[in-house]
Amino acid sequence: MNKPSAANPPYKLPPPLFDARCKACWFSAALALLVVASFWSLDLQWAQFLSLDAARSMGRFLGEFFPPDLSPTFVAKVTVGAWETLAMSLLGTLVAAAAGLALALPASRLHAADAAWGRAPTRLLLNALRSIPELVWAALLLIAAGLGPFAGTLALALHTTGVLGRLFAESLENAPAGPGDALRAQGVGPLRVFLYATLPQVLPQLLSYTLYRWENNIRAAAVLGVVGAGGLGQLLAFHMGLFQMGKTATILGAMLAMVALVDGFSYGARRWMTR
Amino acid sequence: MSATSGLRLAPRPPARDPAWLPRLFWTSAALVLLWPLAVATEFRPWVLLEPGNLKISAQFIGSFWPLALDGEFLALVARETWRTVAIATAGITLALGVAMPLTLLSTRVLSISALSGRMARAPFWLRQGVRWLLIVLRSVPELVWALVFVRVVGLGPTAGVLAIALTYGGMLGKVYGEILESGETQATETLLRNGAGRLQAFAYGLLPTNAAELTSYTVYRWECAIRSSVVLGFVGAGGLGQQLDNSMKMFEGGEVATMLLVFIALVALADRTSAWLRKALG
Repeated sequence: MNKPSAANPPYKLPPPLFDARCKACWFSAALALLVVASFWSLDLQWAQFLSLDAARSMGRFLGEFFPPDLSPTFVAKVTVGAWETLAMSLLGTLVAAAAGLALALPASRLHAADAAWGRAPTRLLLNALRSIPELVWAALLLIAAGLGPFAGTLALALHTTGVLGRLFAESLENAPAGPGDALRAQGVGPLRVFLYATLPQVLPQLLSYTLYRWENNIRAAAVLGVVGAGGLGQLLAFHMGLFQMGKTATILGAMLAMVALVDGFSYGARRWMTR
Repeated sequence: MSATSGLRLAPRPPARDPAWLPRLFWTSAALVLLWPLAVATEFRPWVLLEPGNLKISAQFIGSFWPLALDGEFLALVARETWRTVAIATAGITLALGVAMPLTLLSTRVLSISALSGRMARAPFWLRQGVRWLLIVLRSVPELVWALVFVRVVGLGPTAGVLAIALTYGGMLGKVYGEILESGETQATETLLRNGAGRLQAFAYGLLPTNAAELTSYTVYRWECAIRSSVVLGFVGAGGLGQQLDNSMKMFEGGEVATMLLVFIALVALADRTSAWLRKALG
């Protein structure tokens, strides 16, 4: 970068709108092209969506949501589904936090003299885990683990391991090196250096990342069932498929309430930890 | 400190971790609490190792190789990949259309009545209402929106674009509001105090101070939208996800593996682009 100066010094005219050397101009042009090409290539059915007919069917559809089905048997069923979803997200996140930490150690250069042979391959693995969404993992795992919440839990765990592993590795690398160096200079082994110097320093941050992912995972767990992986999503897909809109409304309400609850809890916990 | 006090016998360092008892207790307590979770999720990892399941998984994973690389299939994958990107891009564009007006309506910094102390009641409730609308939009998962829209407009990319537009509109609107309110607001306030309109104060005060952060968040969300547009394919919104679902149902391991690789590459590319852009924005 050149030395700092005013964006537009007073003795200069404003720059021309387009200049072949102006990166931002090319970038904006490319962006506009991308957007136009996207809309043009998708044959979106606006006519159908914006027609009176669609509006009417949308209105009817939303009208069928009321009244929500609040019969005790169904509410009990939804409660079980919600508990299953909550358990999936919690266990998936916990497993992912453990696995993420285990993978973050080889994926980070812990001190200056660390050769860190495993750094590049482990990061590649973490990226691969991370870039496949939970739902795709769930669909893949259904083959090995069968229908049900177990596949969903594993799917959440796999994707979240990728995310958390990368975040954990970054915080391990960014932790202040002083305490670890002091112990290492005394001849303390790597495990104890990690446990007594590095981990205590980064633990609040790791916990905060984990809580944040838990918030995301409760959302994901709620919909994983759509491919058959248990929880509220499975109920949702089932009753929506049968056009039982009252029941669908109850399930959606439960989903929103649960997400809001977890959000509130996690927000409070993170505030309390970083205080 | 005198030399003598330094010579006083130091207490022997503890031979083992002085906090071992609490650590042990909390670890075992956590394990006990985990038990109901494991029951609820039917968490039985050994199921994976049962001979029957193991055989099916081995067969499926074995069929990943060789990758499906014939020309026709690759052309299909390329078309669907573009479609995935296009759904994400169109969705984010519409989401911007949802988020920008709602952000302008909900930003507290742009309140004129708040300049003299408390915000008046009507604008306060308007802003609060818009906030709640944004929260509702973003807390319904995009997959649920897609399921709803598939019922209304039928299978196809329209449902996916609309689902992304609504969910991401909510997310963008909420975070834009937070960014605008957390930044330096002095310039905006000065403009408002000197008689600028709200839109002028936004365009010349609030926007320039926060433009980099707003853009970088939008780019990050575009990257996320690519991931969700694949997921939306699973409920029939078209794109890579739908093909992946089809191939998986037909146990075409080679096709699944090719598409997963393409998908990983696509996400990595979006990741790289987004990181580069955010760095360029500073």
